[in-house]
Amino acid sequence: MAKPRKPEAAPTLERLFAAKEIVIHCGSGGVGKTTTAAAAATMAAIHQGGRVLVLTVDPARRLANALGIERFGNVETRVPDAAFAAAGVEPRGELWAAMLDTKQGWDDLIKRHAPDEKTRDAILANPLYQNLMNRFVQSHDYVAMERLYELHSSGTYDLIVVDTPPTRNAIDFLEAPARMADFFSSRLLRWLTAPARSRVVNFASKPFYTVADRILGTQFLQDISEFFLLMQGMYGGFVERAQAVEKVLHDRRTTFVVVSTLESAPVREAEFFIEELRTRKLHLGALVLNKVLPSSLLDRKATTTARMLEDKAAGVAAAVAEPLQAEPEQLARVLKEVGTSFLNFQVVAQREAETRAEMAAVPEVVASVPYFDSDIYDLSGLVRLGAAIWR
Amino acid sequence: MAGPPLLDRRLLFVTGKGGVGKTTVAAAIALLAAERGKRTLVGEVDAKGNLADFYEVPATSFEPRELFPNLWAMTMHTEDSLKEYLRLQLKIPFVARLGPLARTFDFVANAAPGVKEVLVVGKFLWEVRQRHYDLVVVDAVATGHVVAQLAAPQALRELVKVGLVREQTGWMLDLLGDPATTGAVIVASPEEMPVNETIELAGRIENETNVDLAAVVVNRVLPELFSRGEEEVFERLQAPEGMAELVGAVGGPVDVVLSAAQLAVTLRRTRAGHLTRLREGLPSDMELLYLPELFTRHHGVRATRQVAEALGEELGF
Ligand SMILES: Nc1ncnc2c1ncn2[C@@H]1O[C@H](COP(=O)(O)OP(=O)(O)OP(=O)(O)O)[C@@H](O)[C@H]1O
Ligand SMILES: Nc1ncnc2c1ncn2[C@@H]1O[C@H](COP(=O)(O)OP(=O)(O)OP(=O)(O)O)[C@@H](O)[C@H]1O
Ligand SMILES: [Mg+2]
Ligand SMILES: [Mg+2]
Repeated sequence: MAKPRKPEAAPTLERLFAAKEIVIHCGSGGVGKTTTAAAAATMAAIHQGGRVLVLTVDPARRLANALGIERFGNVETRVPDAAFAAAGVEPRGELWAAMLDTKQGWDDLIKRHAPDEKTRDAILANPLYQNLMNRFVQSHDYVAMERLYELHSSGTYDLIVVDTPPTRNAIDFLEAPARMADFFSSRLLRWLTAPARSRVVNFASKPFYTVADRILGTQFLQDISEFFLLMQGMYGGFVERAQAVEKVLHDRRTTFVVVSTLESAPVREAEFFIEELRTRKLHLGALVLNKVLPSSLLDRKATTTARMLEDKAAGVAAAVAEPLQAEPEQLARVLKEVGTSFLNFQVVAQREAETRAEMAAVPEVVASVPYFDSDIYDLSGLVRLGAAIWR
Repeated sequence: MAGPPLLDRRLLFVTGKGGVGKTTVAAAIALLAAERGKRTLVGEVDAKGNLADFYEVPATSFEPRELFPNLWAMTMHTEDSLKEYLRLQLKIPFVARLGPLARTFDFVANAAPGVKEVLVVGKFLWEVRQRHYDLVVVDAVATGHVVAQLAAPQALRELVKVGLVREQTGWMLDLLGDPATTGAVIVASPEEMPVNETIELAGRIENETNVDLAAVVVNRVLPELFSRGEEEVFERLQAPEGMAELVGAVGGPVDVVLSAAQLAVTLRRTRAGHLTRLREGLPSDMELLYLPELFTRHHGVRATRQVAEALGEELGF
């Protein structure tokens, strides 16, 4: 007798999170990466147990306070049970949170990779150091990756949910390790750090150095090379590390959650990112659509009602003013505004629905978060948001 | 504030948190200025930018193109800017050979703090200095990087002791630091993080650059729906009895319509709170310009024109 086939359970964020160890939330600026990462981690801690860490970048102050983390400094902190109790839930596991501080992250990196104390102190005190770390090769992204690698390989957490920095280009984040490796094996870097006399300037590169010299002055180039000489002992470490990070990203236990609103620019970026994940053979776990207006705004009957309120406010007001104990003119103004408001938001909701329908390749799991009428700044807000996407 | 009215300056850097409407506002300022008869250049700093979408024109390039009467647009490319700089200002002829070395140059530009930024800021300052335009509007980088960009000439001057770059930074600093010439515009939306970042950025522009903060543009402001008395009426409508009366009069899903209005009211209230915070966090003489939330189907040139009109009203035109 053939066994009836068990119906496949529908893919959900919950199932995705149950199967992974690293979940990386990415997307365009301001779409809700920090909020959804915190909310999903909260849900995982509540329902799945274990030790869950959310690694956040620059959360709003109120959210940071709610999670009990300092906005600066790299320390991981456990969200107290009392905070959960205040939100009316009892977590099966532990929720930990940590901030990502780029400056601190770089200092830690230098400390870890420096061959000796003298070099370490010289680098940390070098005036070029800070300037450099603040801007070159997406240093934010690189530090985020490093930290993730460090935390994951420490084996302290069952699940790490990662929020990503607001880069212009979400791809930068993926490219950070490779670019870092590139940077440290660059030809110019080798040239700059070679002993002066052995510098062989070939014909092709000569104009460049002449120009560089004229523009920046020999002294400045020398300052740069001195700095890189100091760093030289660490290149191997950096390159090796960058490759290890790259490997973690490709690991089966790692997945990406792309976050977007339904505004046109973020959607375009999300689509681009999804495509990029595919080409790079990275795992796309879910698409989270945030701040979505309610579909009731598209209700045809409601539209008729709203039009009527807008067009015939005076008539309607006259009919209901008495039982409502309202002054008819004032009531008419209110009814008209109510109708107009609905129709205004409907235009936006309509556009969103069309954008959603046009979105080409979407992953198996697509979760929508409604537009909440206030900011999400505490644990109960996170739970409310989390409940919308979890199952 | 020492500077003249917004559009009477010669160079405006429009910045703000990601996604708040920098490009929208930059495009609208430029359109408004052009319509008022100023020869205007609008430039986006981000090569991956979408400025062209706001005018519904084909992609822009480093070479400025006239889109509408008086309005030119361009997209910044540091490499092109470098080539132009070498050719025009340093009179270095062998630019052709630079091609294969672009990567290496990219490295120096990345490694040497301020070089890339100076190539960007310098290009716009150059256009101002040559008086090619009456007004140059820059759709600048977001909050996190704009200070580094605006302070680049100064930073580079401190690091580079000799050489042509140092000599060039002199006139750049003069133009940047002159409020009659240059102004920064921060775009904010009345939300938590954009407001926090705006207040912080206003302070940093003041302390870490010599650029004058010309105005803060508050984008996406929701209209006030109800006066206090009206709000009370609205609440009565939402109570079960009120709703029943309304259903009797108009039929249909009244609750759905009312809840949309409720969303508008609460959103407006939340935003009003952030607005107050913004006002309190900025110097009291700071010029604040308010632009409404647009409920449009499509955010193309039509929307840009609406924003330009609203901006014109705010500026008293
Ligand atoms: N569904 C929602 N409804 C209402 N407000 C929301 C929602 N999701 C997020 N927000 C609010 O939107 C703002 C931006 O969210 P968040 O900080 O998570 O975005 P982000 O993608 O991390 O931004 P950034 O790119 O700047 O890091 C926050 O103030 C947050 O409270
Ligand atoms: N006043 C407004 N009303 C409604 N929507 C708006 C308004 N201003 C901007 N938008 C929308 O917000 C989105 C972001 O705007 P815009 O691209 O100008 O922001 P930005 O700050 O330049 O973003 P980025 O940091 O990605 O460059 C766009 O989809 C735009 O149409
Ligand atoms: Mg964030
Ligand atoms: Mg933009």
